[in-house]
Amino acid sequence: MNTTAASAKPLPEDYLEYPLRRYGMDHDRYEWSMLPLRKPVAWPHKARVALWVSPALEWFPLNMAGVPFKPPGAMQTAYPDLRHYTLRDYGNRVGIYRIMKALARHNIPATVAVNAAVAVRYPALIQQCNSQGWEIMANGLDMDHLHHGGLSKEVEQQWVAQTLSILRQVSGQAVRGWLSPAKSESFNTLDILGDAGLDYVCDWINDDMPYLMKTASKPLVAMPHSADIDDYTILVNNHHTENDFRDQLIDHFEVLYKESATEGGRIMPISLHPWVIGQPYRIKALEDALAHIMSHPGVWAATGSQILDAWQAQAT
Amino acid sequence: MTSATQAPATQRDPGFYDYLPYNDRPVIKWPNGARVAFWVAPNVEFYELNPPRNPARAPWARPAPDVLNYSYRDYGNRTGFWRMLDVMKRCNMRGSVSLNVAMCEHHPEVIKACADEGWEFYSHGTYNTRYLMGMNEAQERQVIQDSIDTIYKHTGQKLDGWLAPALTYTPNTMDLVADMGLTYVCDLFHDDQPGPVKVKKGTLTSLPYSLEMNDTIVYNVNLVSPRRYGDIIKRQFDRLYEEGEQSGTVMCIPLHPFLIGQPYRLAAFEEALAYITGHEKVWLATGREIAHYYNEHYHAAFTAAGQTVGEAP
Repeated sequence: MNTTAASAKPLPEDYLEYPLRRYGMDHDRYEWSMLPLRKPVAWPHKARVALWVSPALEWFPLNMAGVPFKPPGAMQTAYPDLRHYTLRDYGNRVGIYRIMKALARHNIPATVAVNAAVAVRYPALIQQCNSQGWEIMANGLDMDHLHHGGLSKEVEQQWVAQTLSILRQVSGQAVRGWLSPAKSESFNTLDILGDAGLDYVCDWINDDMPYLMKTASKPLVAMPHSADIDDYTILVNNHHTENDFRDQLIDHFEVLYKESATEGGRIMPISLHPWVIGQPYRIKALEDALAHIMSHPGVWAATGSQILDAWQAQAT
Repeated sequence: MTSATQAPATQRDPGFYDYLPYNDRPVIKWPNGARVAFWVAPNVEFYELNPPRNPARAPWARPAPDVLNYSYRDYGNRTGFWRMLDVMKRCNMRGSVSLNVAMCEHHPEVIKACADEGWEFYSHGTYNTRYLMGMNEAQERQVIQDSIDTIYKHTGQKLDGWLAPALTYTPNTMDLVADMGLTYVCDLFHDDQPGPVKVKKGTLTSLPYSLEMNDTIVYNVNLVSPRRYGDIIKRQFDRLYEEGEQSGTVMCIPLHPFLIGQPYRLAAFEEALAYITGHEKVWLATGREIAHYYNEHYHAAFTAAGQTVGEAP
């Protein structure tokens, strides 16, 4: 950090100019909108809370470049980092099947966010997701292909097209949703996703409900896919206990459930990483939270596309 | 490294206050026999997606556009603020808003909701993505004047308090806010009672604001769970309430709607807040009310009691 230069002369005058200081947002991607002022949403079957479970099937290459940053879960040691590579892969071999069992017990369908690399490497896993009635959502090529401002538009377009082509071919599904690896975007990402015909995107964590995003082509819907209350953040990053994770999921649900009595339908997203929550000592935290949630009347366990369709039918 | 960034002179001590031992200083009596002057300071902030870069600090952890971190903060205004507001109303607690004043233009609905509840507004700079480091005196005065004018124009309130944007400073910050008529600052963390700040001109008080109780530090630095945060708040209060029987103390809970307004954090916070406001000998105040009461009754006595700090070898 060159601190001497910073203190030697005043900041340039444009540092005190604010060309985007205006009503609403400082960009044109979406409108400023306050949750309590929106028209209440009614879910199918008079449900109060839509439960949206979204595990991610990720592949972290052993020789990750980590450009422009290392995503959460990246390799850490000098090459070859076998410990982190194999522990992430544990999720795709073992952990995901514990999640499958936990969800099947309550007939909860998932929307699984899949790196295209996982579909190519483990097509049998995708077939099992299909047979569970799970929705496949695109999660980029792999965890070492981060979308960011330094990419050319052509390269990014090619990554998106290749991701969708692989996932559609392997799964046979339409693939309507997109989650960027590490929720990292460039200024072009939303335009490219709209162009590619996608319906919803999960990178923006600014809302509890869906909202419209503008792109150069068709509008996208931002779906609430939290990064804050997920297993990686709470268990790995924050070092909380399994019971703490369970309690936070329950507390989250309780507030949304109470709000839904007067404010309209709510969405409870649970995003998961099979290599984290799928460990034997952790999986019960998810099972217990799901049992608590599903014991309430008026909980609609749904996929992202089902929630999107129900929301869109009323929003327009 | 910190001192090397401070121009023109570098000092080993900021020189803002004298030494004053906690167990040997003038006794504070709050109004109506209250033991604790309690205030809540929601930071109502606007972070820009792609601001110009200050040479001393990048606005975002990731390269632009940092969609993850930008949208995380934006959650506060769209969603979290409204839940936090409901909790405050249910507990009959007014807020003292630490305001990025550009919020007045971007989201006037949020400002009105606070004003309707009789909340105070003080300045937290223009945007939380515009830092003071490297500004000359004229530039820093321009930022402070912007805050004075914008808060007056949109709320009719005189600006009294200051918390530097993103806790960024120049060596002039305290002198300039005092010179321009502000009466308290929230940037110094050396005490559980208010204290005089030495400035060239004006009367300035340091009001205890607390990083220990701040949800950003608790959640994003110390990574604690929501129920543990509730416990931390109650433990802090219990001790300050006990000590306040001898001499009045101050407790502040600084909040950020994007953090405290997350559904899974709300109930534990509400329980802790209701615990505090349910006590009898608590003055549920705003920052300005505490600072003005202190300035009127204790500022001079505390100044006189201050002990000159010795010169370190």
